[in-house]
Amino acid sequence: MRFLVTWVWIMPLNFLSLRHFRNHGDSQLHGLARFNVLTGDNGAGKTNILEAISLLAPGRGMRRASLSEMGAMQGPGGFAVSADLGDMKIGTGVTADMPERRKVRVNGAAASANSLAEWLSIIWLTPAMDRLFMESAGGRRQFVDRLVLAVDPLHARHASQYELAVRERNRLLADDIMPDPAWLDAVEARMAEYGALVAASRVAMIQQLNDVLDSETDKVFARPILALARGEQDMADNMLETWRNARPRDRQAKRTLDGPHRDDLIVTMRQKGQAAALCSTGEQKAMLIAIILAHSDLVASLKSNAPVLLLDEIAAHLDPVRRGVLYDRLSERAGQVWMTGTDRALFSGITSPRHFTVCGGAVHSDN
Amino acid sequence: MASQEIDDLTNALARLPGLGPRSARRAVLYLIKKRETALDPLVSAMEQVREKLVTCDNCGNVDTINPCGICTDVRRDTRAICVVEEVSDLWALDKSRLFLGRYHVLGGRLSALDGVRPEDLTISRLIERVDAGDIDEVVLAMNATLEGQTTAHYIAERLEKYPVRLTQLAHGLPMGGELDYLDEGTLAQALRARKPIA
Repeated sequence: MRFLVTWVWIMPLNFLSLRHFRNHGDSQLHGLARFNVLTGDNGAGKTNILEAISLLAPGRGMRRASLSEMGAMQGPGGFAVSADLGDMKIGTGVTADMPERRKVRVNGAAASANSLAEWLSIIWLTPAMDRLFMESAGGRRQFVDRLVLAVDPLHARHASQYELAVRERNRLLADDIMPDPAWLDAVEARMAEYGALVAASRVAMIQQLNDVLDSETDKVFARPILALARGEQDMADNMLETWRNARPRDRQAKRTLDGPHRDDLIVTMRQKGQAAALCSTGEQKAMLIAIILAHSDLVASLKSNAPVLLLDEIAAHLDPVRRGVLYDRLSERAGQVWMTGTDRALFSGITSPRHFTVCGGAVHSDN
Repeated sequence: MASQEIDDLTNALARLPGLGPRSARRAVLYLIKKRETALDPLVSAMEQVREKLVTCDNCGNVDTINPCGICTDVRRDTRAICVVEEVSDLWALDKSRLFLGRYHVLGGRLSALDGVRPEDLTISRLIERVDAGDIDEVVLAMNATLEGQTTAHYIAERLEKYPVRLTQLAHGLPMGGELDYLDEGTLAQALRARKPIA
């Protein structure tokens, strides 16, 4: 099953299975549609289904939990999540004997977790992200990196190599004896190599998102302007020179104080020219939605396959007008959408959704 | 069901790289079955190696003579040194017979996090060899890992005052590799290192 929405092809999930995952023993969701709505009481297992879907893309999933936490409490120890994408079958999970080793299968053959990116892009918005603009810069950096990863799978490797090089430098600086300058030169050269790639990808993503947000005509949602701030001080053009000059200071601090690992995402509300952290909770949520939707558009235009959107408890936070605008916008341009909520009436504005009721880790189709 | 001695042999073999309990059992059963043609020659060969095994004082290679067979081979180019991390890298490179110079085994790679410092490697001995003169080229054949490339950079900096040509192995497409099957990191590296067609 493939269908065209405006300008991109969507290859959505048409079947999903969870076995021994969180509070789900054996849940199967058949006949999935473009809009899939999961309703149920708090703790019923709605978000667990979204988390299971998020594992069908590279990375640690929506909650960034360890794999050993994901197996059902009363289960045999492992878990499995699988889905059909048209006539393709993809799946992931762990076995009881190796609870931290993720296995991935594509059409029955073993595959790497990164290879999942060839089939699916998945973007999510959860209530835990509501404080994104208030929390530490680390959370926002992680958010930007996740947005970059959806279009540039190499970003993960560049970021991890950069972080490894920074840890090497920090260890050298923390030594009791003065570190060998040639060794520091060598480590800083690797930091510059990978740091430049990481920074460039982030800057490109911010610029592309701003371009999409600029072209947005919607007046109902608060519109953000994005920028990338560099650490506590502006980075010099030449990262190597910055780090070399900062060695005595960084040695005192016992860590590297400049570099892409100190980047921060600065979000400003366009209409008020006000920092996102100073905006109301509703405005912050609206800006987050605007970023996610812009990113969805961007991924769709770059990969010609619209991403799957996982929107956890999104409807309850919006007034009826904004909810209506969101549904219209999703209907017009988004790929497959999954939404959760406690009240089915909140989703009445969606055209032909597939409704599922989730209760105590079991799923029932309502239509 | 086997005796303690046979169990000990199985357990010792099972700990070898590339083997496990099942492969070790198969190997032991084969050795028992082929005592004269397999077990005895194996024991003899292992005893010989144990008696004579030495690390070459010149290059860090392992051999049964010191200096090693490569360092004493007069057919080799004494003006070129290929620096590798481990003996296994030397063996991998030398079996191709493409590099006809001599080698230098570092015994690892720099890693602040793992506590491997320059003095834990044979870098000083390498500098002594270059300092002694008559070296035209040093090939830095480190692995394409962060630690490997850090080590290569460090050695390059330590050798920059000497009049030697410092070179590094190319990174990119493997021979016979199809683009379709390569990971994006390898492809990106190959693209960055593209060169004009001669």
